[in-house]
Amino acid sequence: MLNRIAELGAAGLGVLQGLGRGLLLLPAILAGTLAMLARPRLLIRQLYSVGVMTLIIIAVSGTFVGMVLSLQGHYILSQFSAEEALGVMVAASLVRELGPVVTALLFAGRAGSALTAEIGLMKATEQLSGLEMMAVNPIHRVLTPRFWAGFISLPLLAAVFSALGVLGGWFVGVGLLGVDDGAYWTQMTYKIDFQGDILNGVIKSVVFGFVCTWIALYQGYDATPTSEGVGQATTRTVVQSSLVVLGLDFILTALMFGE
Amino acid sequence: MQTNRTMEILVGGFLLIGLVALFFLAMNVSNLSRGVAGEAYRVTARFDNVGSLTERAKVTIAGVRIGRVERIEYDSKTFEAVVTLALDNRYNALPDDTFAKIYTAGLLGEQYVGLEPGGGESNLKEGDEIAFTQSALVLEEMIGQFLFSKAEEKSDDVF
Repeated sequence: MLNRIAELGAAGLGVLQGLGRGLLLLPAILAGTLAMLARPRLLIRQLYSVGVMTLIIIAVSGTFVGMVLSLQGHYILSQFSAEEALGVMVAASLVRELGPVVTALLFAGRAGSALTAEIGLMKATEQLSGLEMMAVNPIHRVLTPRFWAGFISLPLLAAVFSALGVLGGWFVGVGLLGVDDGAYWTQMTYKIDFQGDILNGVIKSVVFGFVCTWIALYQGYDATPTSEGVGQATTRTVVQSSLVVLGLDFILTALMFGE
Repeated sequence: MQTNRTMEILVGGFLLIGLVALFFLAMNVSNLSRGVAGEAYRVTARFDNVGSLTERAKVTIAGVRIGRVERIEYDSKTFEAVVTLALDNRYNALPDDTFAKIYTAGLLGEQYVGLEPGGGESNLKEGDEIAFTQSALVLEEMIGQFLFSKAEEKSDDVF
């Protein structure tokens, strides 16, 4: 009986220790920013592997999500003969919710897992220790550029997702289902507020970019340096990022759009 | 070196695409391109009942949008709603006896303020008040009146 309680206590302490290590890693990563700016090529290489390589999946998903939204929205709206509101519906759901959230989920799956696996493997093959031996701070050299790359990429990816989604919705709604072209765009520009909708969506994606990259880097850096440990860390990255994104999204939505 | 160059071009392209997408969202999807906030003048109007009029609702004249509702307040002295309208400066030649009325777009649509120009000599200026207003039609009141008049008809038949 006492053993069970001790196990529970050990598990709780383990979680707290993990949170503490993750929290301490963040200032260490940010401290390397100035050193990174002196060598921008490091950042560009990471922007390539984190941002450019994720662009395709984001573009394709965004277009199809917009197209499906338009199909489903048209089905419901046509029952109230309010097809003119299709543009508002598609744009509002993309800009406020789906753009930032789905982009963050895809980002965690595509870029976050890759970051964790890469850093975990560097640790397992003692490349990080090797850097330290050469008096190069591995956090500044390896983690900082990856952190900023994720932080910069996610808002841009979310914007691409939303923009292509609106265009995909336009293609299905106006092109295939015969909604009036003018109504689609004008209703949208009447109802979508720049500050209330677009900027809040961008703030959401900035927060998600920060959190997703942080989790991925921490899990990689903290992974058990075995092939099994790296695999588990990669899984944890995807699971934790997704849960945190969905939870944070609820809180941010309640703060931004709730009254 | 060549691969580095391709990578730089691709990263630059990625940043450019992201910024273009943001710009597209700002200009083509949101109301930023039709902002009236900066170059607007404000007039107030008092209504007995604004119904479900909300802030940012449109203000139209002859069906054309010329501004939006900026603020809705309650005047506890006169028991009226005070609605502040922000009107586009391009339309600053409205007669001072303009009539403001709250309409509903469609049967169940949102409510907006419609202006009907009068024949006055001078024009509305910043801070002026629209004197002639008509409140929103409240559906429950209309149904109540209808039932009341029906009941009256019935009782006339009896006697």
